[in-house]
Amino acid sequence: MGLLDLQGVTKSFGDTPVIRGIDLAIDEGSLTCLIGASGSGKSTLLRIMNLLEPIDEGAVLLDGQDISQPGLDPQPIRQRIGIVFQSYNLFPHMTAAENVMLAPRRIKHLSRAELQAPVTALFDRFGLTDRMDRYPDQLSGGQQQRVAILRALAMQPQIMLFDEITSALDPELVGEVLDVLRQLRDDGMTMVLATHEMGFARALADRVCFLDQGRIAEEGRPAQVFGNPRHERTRAFLHRVL
Amino acid sequence: MRHTSQTRREIFETRQRRRANLLAAGSTAAVLLALVLLVPRAPGWDAVQRAFFDGQIFLDTLPGLARAFVLDVAIFAWCAPLIALLGLAAAIARGIRRPALTPLRLAAIAYIDIFRGLPVILVIYLVGFGIPGLGLPRPWNSPYLWGSVALVLVYSAYVAEVIRSGIESIHECQRAAALSLGLSEAHVMRDVILPQAVRRVVPANMNLLIALQKDVALLSFIGPVEIFRQAGVYKSLLANFTPYVGAALIFLAVTIPATRYADHLLARQQRARS
Ligand SMILES: Nc1ncnc2c1ncn2[C@@H]1O[C@H](COP(=O)(O)OP(=O)(O)OP(=O)(O)O)[C@@H](O)[C@H]1O
Ligand SMILES: [Mg+2]
Repeated sequence: MGLLDLQGVTKSFGDTPVIRGIDLAIDEGSLTCLIGASGSGKSTLLRIMNLLEPIDEGAVLLDGQDISQPGLDPQPIRQRIGIVFQSYNLFPHMTAAENVMLAPRRIKHLSRAELQAPVTALFDRFGLTDRMDRYPDQLSGGQQQRVAILRALAMQPQIMLFDEITSALDPELVGEVLDVLRQLRDDGMTMVLATHEMGFARALADRVCFLDQGRIAEEGRPAQVFGNPRHERTRAFLHRVL
Repeated sequence: MRHTSQTRREIFETRQRRRANLLAAGSTAAVLLALVLLVPRAPGWDAVQRAFFDGQIFLDTLPGLARAFVLDVAIFAWCAPLIALLGLAAAIARGIRRPALTPLRLAAIAYIDIFRGLPVILVIYLVGFGIPGLGLPRPWNSPYLWGSVALVLVYSAYVAEVIRSGIESIHECQRAAALSLGLSEAHVMRDVILPQAVRRVVPANMNLLIALQKDVALLSFIGPVEIFRQAGVYKSLLANFTPYVGAALIFLAVTIPATRYADHLLARQQRARS
């Protein structure tokens, strides 16, 4: 059993089935990459893990606890599972540092003064010290996305989910964001990453899952999935994107 | 510095601008001149001039009107913060999602629909005459009190609707990002959605404030001797309408700069967003 377990998860939007029976175990300290065509359900799956979408059938277990049962207070769970979106979604009326401090201030009731040192250290680690007091619209896309990662890290989650976090970036800014992911992986963070960066997935993932129409059509070590795909649809997809 | 080294394009544009300004000034002067020459030739002009534009009466009544206007400003000044509070509260109640609080939400919807749908003067009559008519003791029968309450009720409904549109203009992603951190619905609203929404609707609310300043004059119908009522008193006393013109000018002296400022805010916001 993994740190996060999906068991027979299904999800429909209206009459449209989007997730059609997914079993997935995320091991502690592992990096799992979700790949698949647009509309295959990658974002929905990540939103389910963060409890932003309720599921229809199945269960999601975090450390063995069923977090998908209806009526459960989602707040404490979300604090343990960070998510970063494609469009950064920084709060535009707050500086970078205030963005990062908001959740610890409100949830852990820490003051700005108490947070100053740890948050500065966090910005230092990811080379953003001189950007702390800037507003999001004064930052480049790559910097905004890195701040968004820090914001999710500030609650010290057990798992980090990333939804195509480099897709909206200019190509020359992708590298700095991927570097952050490398750093987190070296720290042993448990990560799930929906991505179109096949090179990154191939080089760093422990496991690659190919999603096709709401199902995991194929999964395995990156060398196997990329080098010797078993499934015809995986082969066709990789052929299109590589 | 730059004048010495103007490019040909800049010289051309300067000349174009100068020509446009001249043209504008010329045509405006021509229209004004025509008005000044033609209007006095209208058959009733002499009577109108005596009734509405009596210089002496204007000067004599202006100070009294200005003093009465202080009451308008005072009513405005105590209504505006109450409107901001009630409008914000109604907007928040209107957007509540929690099922247990549905009655609050329905009450907010009913309140906003009713008071946006009624003419201001009708509400002022109903509240301003109706409630003191219950025979309440002083000071609870004051027309100042209930007139102000009427204005607050009507304008809070408008403000609530404006703020709600602001809340709805904040992209769903902001909510998702805030929720994903583990923040409560209340904190998401207070720290993330509202600050952005309220900022976005500042120009629209400025326009409401200007309308409120004008509508304070409607309270004169239920008693308070504010500037419009005072002008009426002078009119009866002097059998002349010039005090109304004076009152109009006093209003314009306040509302035109305020309108310009609101437009300026709006333009700046639109520039920032594009
Ligand atoms: N809120 C929603 N309401 C209705 N349908 C939705 C909603 N969110 C997603 N869908 C549908 O669910 C399907 C899966 O969407 P999802 O965003 O999970 O795909 P994805 O794999 O992340 O695609 P992409 O690579 O384009 O991001 C799509 O067909 C999409 O139209
Ligand atoms: Mg997606």
